[in-house]
Amino acid sequence: MNKKIIGKLAMGVTALCAFGTIAAVLWIVGTIVWQGAPTISWTFLTSAPSEGMTGGGIFPCIVGTFLLVLIMSVIGVPVGTITAIYLSEYVDRESTFAKWVRFAVNTLAGIPAIVFGLFGLGFFVRFGGGGLDAIFSHGKLHWAQPNILWASFTMALLTLPVVIVSVEEALRNVPQELRAASLALGATRWETIWKVVLPNCMTGVLTGAILAVSRGAGEVAPILFTGAAYFLPQLPGGLDSQFMELGYHVYIMATQSPDVEATKGIQYGTTLVLLSLTFALNFSAIYLRATLRRRSIQ
Amino acid sequence: MKILSAKVLLPILGAALVVGATSGKTVTVKGSDTMVIMAQRWAEAYMAKHPGAVIQVTGGGSGVGLSALVNGSTDIANASRPMKSSEMNQLKERYGSLGVEIKTAKDGITLYVNEHNPVNELTLEQLREIYTGKITNWNQVGGSNSKIILYGRENSSGTFAYFRDNVLKGKDYAPSCQHMPGTAAVVNAVSKDKNGIGYGGAAYAKGVKEIAVKKDAATPGVKPNAQTIKNGTYPISRYLYMYLRNRPSGEAKQFIDWVLSPEGQAIAVKVGYFPAK
Amino acid sequence: MDTKIKIPEGLRKRMRPSDWIAAQSIRAVAVVSLITIFLILVFVVKEAVPVFTGHAETSQAVAVAGPNASKGDSNASPESYGGASDNSAAAAPESYGDDSFTAAGTAAAGDSSQSDTSQAAATQQSYGGSGPSDAAAGVAAEAAPAAPDASGEELSKPKPFTPWNLLSLSWSPVSNENPMFGVWPLILGSLKVTFIALLLGGPIAILSALYTTTFAPRWAREIMKPAIELLAGIPSVVLGFFTLVVLASILQSIFHWDFRLNALVGGVGMALAVIPIIYTVSEDAIAAIPRHLTEGSLALGATKWETNFLVVLPAATPGIFAALLLGVGRAFGETMIVLMATGNAALIDPGLAKPVRTLSASIGAEMAEVVQGDLHYSVLFFLGVLLFAFSFGLNAVAEFGIRDRLLKRFKGI
Repeated sequence: MNKKIIGKLAMGVTALCAFGTIAAVLWIVGTIVWQGAPTISWTFLTSAPSEGMTGGGIFPCIVGTFLLVLIMSVIGVPVGTITAIYLSEYVDRESTFAKWVRFAVNTLAGIPAIVFGLFGLGFFVRFGGGGLDAIFSHGKLHWAQPNILWASFTMALLTLPVVIVSVEEALRNVPQELRAASLALGATRWETIWKVVLPNCMTGVLTGAILAVSRGAGEVAPILFTGAAYFLPQLPGGLDSQFMELGYHVYIMATQSPDVEATKGIQYGTTLVLLSLTFALNFSAIYLRATLRRRSIQ
Repeated sequence: MKILSAKVLLPILGAALVVGATSGKTVTVKGSDTMVIMAQRWAEAYMAKHPGAVIQVTGGGSGVGLSALVNGSTDIANASRPMKSSEMNQLKERYGSLGVEIKTAKDGITLYVNEHNPVNELTLEQLREIYTGKITNWNQVGGSNSKIILYGRENSSGTFAYFRDNVLKGKDYAPSCQHMPGTAAVVNAVSKDKNGIGYGGAAYAKGVKEIAVKKDAATPGVKPNAQTIKNGTYPISRYLYMYLRNRPSGEAKQFIDWVLSPEGQAIAVKVGYFPAK
Repeated sequence: MDTKIKIPEGLRKRMRPSDWIAAQSIRAVAVVSLITIFLILVFVVKEAVPVFTGHAETSQAVAVAGPNASKGDSNASPESYGGASDNSAAAAPESYGDDSFTAAGTAAAGDSSQSDTSQAAATQQSYGGSGPSDAAAGVAAEAAPAAPDASGEELSKPKPFTPWNLLSLSWSPVSNENPMFGVWPLILGSLKVTFIALLLGGPIAILSALYTTTFAPRWAREIMKPAIELLAGIPSVVLGFFTLVVLASILQSIFHWDFRLNALVGGVGMALAVIPIIYTVSEDAIAAIPRHLTEGSLALGATKWETNFLVVLPAATPGIFAALLLGVGRAFGETMIVLMATGNAALIDPGLAKPVRTLSASIGAEMAEVVQGDLHYSVLFFLGVLLFAFSFGLNAVAEFGIRDRLLKRFKGI
């Protein structure tokens, strides 16, 4: 009798936790959708902020976020993929080198985002930018400032572990027999990778890229001082411009906007757009991953 | 797939690099959060009148703007406090000049309390003791029996520095004073907190009550408005500055001249500040 | 499963040049991306080193030396002001604009070649009236906003900075009197928020994982797992926004704390961020428990809940511990949530409903305002080193310490 009650209680408590968490998720998403949907309109998405940030839209933010993740992917996805290929195809899995590498990747994944921002400032902006200035602008300050290039590099570094892990998982799912067969037919290692292995794990690469983009679009800490700006009258015109960004805009609007109550609509609207973006990306990644699993099981 | 996109994107990025390196007429304005709404409106109006000019505005605090001025990453620094001698030194070290100071508007630092707070006026002495933590209960200044909750700005804020130097006479804030990232956050917090008190630029006071400030117990309390700030009866008023490294020239000069013109000053008034003269 | 194909010795010489190039460039890229982690450590430490190797004067010290010098002894003007005698532009920033008062001020400063007057003018302009408002100030007085009576209250001269300052108990980096860079309030703040987040989020996540893997029917699991993992897709800035705008007010109306934004509110927001991480890893760990364990327990007469709580959960301990460590790592370093929702006051106080200032929020809030290269900048990088060291240490413990030892304990499975 006692046991039964405790049993029911135990199950009840765990069920409560699970459903409670789901309820919390629904509450958060629901509030944002409900409060933000009225603000969303075509004008909101395609016009710039006006009236001293209390009116207008978030077009520059959307463009800025898009450019940021684009450049970030161009830099980060190839590097991450190549690293994953190296780890999977060129290095023994059980060697000490591989263990250290895995440790390094795990540590990289665990470093707080703000430390990446610090590194971005110290290395990319000051060191890299300073170097570029010394070469191209004869010492005049041009590149050694926060801009979209350095912010993208910082983000690429932040999302590198995500890409590496995803691609490695995909590479591992390619059956060994394929590789063996290819080599048996006379292909070199590189030919095997390029023509046989990679095409089979493109979904994995894509998943990694999508997850990286989702993370990159959402993180604000690294770009706080490496390139994001409060108000720019123009869209970024080059790699040396600053940019507006969705996540940064949410932060700014919630804490530093001219009138917090009046801009509530904009805050929720921007949050909704950001959330929709990350959710869409995450869902496609999940879908791709499911496809990948199904295909490899067959 | 990756190579394909690289083939397409690299030339674009290369072009962008070139374009970016040759862009010229942008004026960057960084700094005071107190001034950022005004600066942004100035930028908007100026760009509407002068197509082709590009004025970029970022906030972050007076400290941000001034350090960006020293670092070289901005043309104009907005500051709601005068430049510190240490900043002047750094400017002198790096650029050999002590900078150029331009008074663009006047502001009265307003003290906000919650709309339901019965207290209406405070002396400078009381404000000092409240913010340094010596007075901790509202009933010590004529309010109800509840703890005073202090809201202030971040260290980077000029308002923070000005308030500390002029009202607190250089003493430090009480450690329990919360640091809000912007004046709007201060106002928001005070509007939601019955026992809160906060300070900030006059333009932000919405949904909260302004305190009439008294120089001392004998003089009547004065609320910040155009008159009291102009004739100096409001005790906590200050200039809002723009700083440059050297005398303004080119696009920056035109912009600043316009800001100081009646048109620009009218916008300052519209935002909630007061003209510099 | 090792995916590297070992090519026998004899065949290796037949690598085509393109193959060799490919191999070398891949190796190069991989090595570069792997040494970046060390690069990060090196650069963050490099910028923090000046804290210890001697920034003898802080920018504050120089600032206060100014008014002190001009108060009494006019001749003891620090050279650093840029001697007014040779510089006609005077020891003050030029003023520009039609403002007649400003012009007068400049004229007064420019005409006089005496260091003390321009010194006073410099002080006047740089402190907005808190310096000795004497003759030179009189000209600008009508223009200058009527500052509160500039009483000559002497500010105590700050002590020069030593690395011991880092161990002090207060964080006020821009103080005039005594800039303090004590890291203890910040560390305490981070620990408080992490503790609350783990206390709230850990059990909820673990129990949810237990429910979805063991108690819930198969079909329910397929729906609930993605639903909870959706939480991972919410960016931390959105969680911070939600906490600031919605949660803080609700919690305040329930509990009526003194401070609306405090460590507890931040901790609740942080719990939301940490739950999906702990959930996912715990879920994997619990689901990986071999079925024969559960079946054996049930066969021996244990009830479902006894099996789950007393057999499955302990068996999954290494994984759950790793999950908790991941959660701690995330919570300690998270920036946006605490920046928006904890009040950012560097208090040392045991209470949980008091505002706190975390390491990450300090960096985030103050980094933009520091002049690159000065003491405050280096101290903020030092905070970054602390964060890096913490996450590194945590990861090392997880990889090399806990997992191996715990796995050995449960080797009987």
